[in-house]
Amino acid sequence: MGDMSEHAAIINLMADYVHLIDEDRLEEWVELFTDDCTYKILSRENVEAGYPLELMSCHNKGMLRDRVVSLREANLYNLHTDKHVLSVVRVLGSSDGAWSVQANFSVYQSTLDGETDLFAVGTYRDKVVFDNGNPLFAEKIVVNDTFAVARMLSTPI
Amino acid sequence: MTTAMSLQWPTDDFSRIPFAAYLDEDIYVEEQERIFRGPTWSYLALEAEIPDPGDFITTYVGDTPVLVNRQRDGKVSAFVNRCMHRGSMLKRECRGNATMHTCLYHQWAYDLTGQLRAVPFAKGHMGRGGLPPDFDIKSVQLTSLHVESYRGVLFGTFSDDTEPLADYLGANVRAELDRVFNRPLNLLGYQRQRILGNWKLYNDNVRDPNHGALLHMFHATFGLYRPTQRGGVKLDDRGRHNISYSMMGTSDDEADAEAFAGTKKVFDKGFRLEDPSMLQYDKEFPDDVSLTILSIFPNMVLQQITNSLCTRQIQTRGPGELELYWTYFGYADDDEEMTRHRLNQANLVGPGGLISMEDGEAVEMVHRAVKREQDEHGIVEIGGKGEIGDHDYLVTEIPIRGFWSYYYELMGIDSEQAA
Repeated sequence: MGDMSEHAAIINLMADYVHLIDEDRLEEWVELFTDDCTYKILSRENVEAGYPLELMSCHNKGMLRDRVVSLREANLYNLHTDKHVLSVVRVLGSSDGAWSVQANFSVYQSTLDGETDLFAVGTYRDKVVFDNGNPLFAEKIVVNDTFAVARMLSTPI
Repeated sequence: MTTAMSLQWPTDDFSRIPFAAYLDEDIYVEEQERIFRGPTWSYLALEAEIPDPGDFITTYVGDTPVLVNRQRDGKVSAFVNRCMHRGSMLKRECRGNATMHTCLYHQWAYDLTGQLRAVPFAKGHMGRGGLPPDFDIKSVQLTSLHVESYRGVLFGTFSDDTEPLADYLGANVRAELDRVFNRPLNLLGYQRQRILGNWKLYNDNVRDPNHGALLHMFHATFGLYRPTQRGGVKLDDRGRHNISYSMMGTSDDEADAEAFAGTKKVFDKGFRLEDPSMLQYDKEFPDDVSLTILSIFPNMVLQQITNSLCTRQIQTRGPGELELYWTYFGYADDDEEMTRHRLNQANLVGPGGLISMEDGEAVEMVHRAVKREQDEHGIVEIGGKGEIGDHDYLVTEIPIRGFWSYYYELMGIDSEQAA
């Protein structure tokens, strides 16, 4: 950890997370997760109605890698650049070594022609753990307010 | 002004589709009248979404907002979601339970049969104002649709002339609904996808088994679906509905390599999923079919993609926009493991689906590209020309011609105009 507080490390992790997606460095983005991580994009509609269905779900790091490989090799999607805008991060506290962290986000997508749309707005509800001093996401729960997904959900949020 | 009548159909087997049909605002308005308010059954919801009296959902038939509720006597009714007073939307929530539907604008209150029950200040104040004495509250009823259910799947129609639902569906479609809706459901949730393209482009897409493994390379790569598998298409007598079905594991590598030769997609790239759990099919139907896409004219799709089951409702938002509304379900007797498996497989489909995300892009690419090509035509010849009917192969787009033959009929296009 050096002299960096755990809070500061968590905030850096959140910043790295959105930066790596926006830079299309998804192979590195995967490395921000623990091996047995949970990654879910939930529709606010289902959360509020108590339904378990996700918009995207990965139950371990292998599935996250599969998503990235599929995007790179198999899927054809709307070519675009993402830009996340992250709110101030709330570090809510820790229990059994896992920190609860929350932040709001917005994601803008820009086309190859330079047109930009607001793609999604929502909240991250995360669990961060430290592995040898390195913060990692044990859980990344993305609650998407923009659950009427425009076109498709290709790149992660 | 372009009307459906003025569309040009150079062939009488619908192997040429005029692009103007996808784009024109006047044609879109005509479709709302002749198709969505015409003699067709539109998919509304599943009965499982509104099990108890007072349960309601709001939805759309074409672009008309519709309120569906279960009455006290257990019957399901559906109304235009609009107060008869000044036209305000009656229910804004997507779902809920209500004993009355009270308009928020002036609080006119309707019961679950759509009957107006109460108007505030009906007698005015201090003997002045209010409704005139000859105003009969009992005469005011929400505009209702006819509702019929088949195996718990709810359909509605605006027209008094629509044939009975069972006849409209026909034997093939009923058999497929019997197959999937064979016991009580467990709802898993919803997904929505907004696509900037015409609603008929999506209907074409789901009647086109040929694109499955070409556009969706994930399919071909992992063998969930390949047009070289055993399978085929089954239509109703009018060609308007279609069931495409296929069976996993029934193609061989040599035939696949030959079939995919010359495509840009390298189906045998050799990458493997680290977690292949979502590719697994736990056989749950008596037949060997692992994938079915049932499309019911004009607005419904039912999918079985291995163990992922859902309905997709097509809502129109104008000639250039549609919303897909996906309702996922399993069965009430699924154990926890099966529910987890179905949720896991939901990764395959929907707006973020590994084998379906491309459809949104495909529809938009067509819609954008044909904008100034309205006098031109799309080619629909794969699978054969001429007769529209069932066949036991998958390299086909014949069901698209079935859709358009019925579209043509409903839109009242003069039959002498073809060819």
